[in-house]
Amino acid sequence: MRLRRTIVVFIIIALCFLLQTTVFQALSFANISPNLLIIVVSSFGFMRGSREGMIIGFVCGLIADLFFGFYIGIYALLYLYTGFINGLFQKNFYPDDIKLPILLISGSDVICNLLIYFFLFLLRGRFQILYYLRAIILPELVYTLIVTIVLYFVLLKVNQWLEEKEKRSAKKFDL
Amino acid sequence: MSMRKHRFTSKKRKHIPTKYLLLVLSFVCVISIFTGLVFNISGGPLSAVAGYVFVPMQTGINNIGQWTSKKVNNFKTLSEVLEENEELKKQIDDLTNELTVSRMESYEVDNYREILKLDELYPGYEKIAASVVASDNNNWFDVFTINRGSNSGIEVGMNVLAGSGLAGIVISVSPNFATVRSVIDDANNVSAMVTTTGDNFNVSGNLQLMKEDQVITFSELRDTKGKVSIGDPVVTSYVSDQYEQGILIGYINSIEENSNGLTKSGTITPVVDFEHIQTVLVILNVKETSE
Repeated sequence: MRLRRTIVVFIIIALCFLLQTTVFQALSFANISPNLLIIVVSSFGFMRGSREGMIIGFVCGLIADLFFGFYIGIYALLYLYTGFINGLFQKNFYPDDIKLPILLISGSDVICNLLIYFFLFLLRGRFQILYYLRAIILPELVYTLIVTIVLYFVLLKVNQWLEEKEKRSAKKFDL
Repeated sequence: MSMRKHRFTSKKRKHIPTKYLLLVLSFVCVISIFTGLVFNISGGPLSAVAGYVFVPMQTGINNIGQWTSKKVNNFKTLSEVLEENEELKKQIDDLTNELTVSRMESYEVDNYREILKLDELYPGYEKIAASVVASDNNNWFDVFTINRGSNSGIEVGMNVLAGSGLAGIVISVSPNFATVRSVIDDANNVSAMVTTTGDNFNVSGNLQLMKEDQVITFSELRDTKGKVSIGDPVVTSYVSDQYEQGILIGYINSIEENSNGLTKSGTITPVVDFEHIQTVLVILNVKETSE
């Protein structure tokens, strides 16, 4: 059922947002915390396709905007496209292969951070891109990847469980 | 999928194609960013809903966190505590001495104030305590939310203190939470004044310097006589249109002469420990500007 998926995905988003803004802020290394939302957006993108990816991205971004954004819509726009572009790789996605997820999640994290750097830092005259790469973007990538190894499998299992349930209820309707 | 299509056929509009949906959502985002830029408004009812959903949970998580760290601290060995006790006793003595001196001084100041009728310059603003519930979701900015909002009388532009120092300023409010941008945030600017000479200058947060040396920058200090020195206290200035005057920001850490030979710039060590802020005080007064 559609409703079940919506509720489950929303709970996942809420949990990740809560963890990211509280627990992982306390567990930060050198003031760097992992980006759980990008893992969720990216994973649902390549597991479920562009449509779901971008809706989930939009919702994740909107929540981040409502709490921390300078202007509502910046993160929503960023994650919207993250979800959409990750969704384009759905046809290359096989659940047993971890290479593509790792690659896509890393790519999403780095590109999102580069965009944030470009629009919110470079345009204000902060030109030391190498510094920001070394001090923020790379450490965040490493930490995010470490968390990915756990979180991705949780998301994969949840998604497989949802798809199983959906298949069954679809069969019931056909009969 | 077939089931979904059946359900929507009655409405004639089957399923917005993905690319149109992408366009529509992008358009919504862009419009929202621009309205934010132009009218300077925040989420409104949407962020109120988000607040009621998330803030209680964030508060809960934080309480659990504080409880565990307290329990962990209980394991500190007795000798450590005793040692600390000794040190603290010494500190109490020092502070008592200082207090006596400053009491005498404040008596004098009170007298002067009465004479000069300066009281209205230093009104005791009402303050409200709040706890920090969550920090920014990325590593670029230094923004946090507190568990009180417009229901408690907080408005955009109110100053936020942590301990005795300036922590930041409220940048958006919802009924039950408010977002605060800290002084060390890369995009933050404060008009400040060095107390020793009364010179005004500009203090701004800097992510790079904050990460490397735990300092923020200042610029455009016109200290022609060269009287400002390292360690001088820096407070918010009376010329600031956002901050109440006289709130301690930090102490001067380094001074450099600019190439133009007229102004100086350098760094300031903030007094607030931004990594461990748990509770803050919000001054319930928005500075009125003469606009």
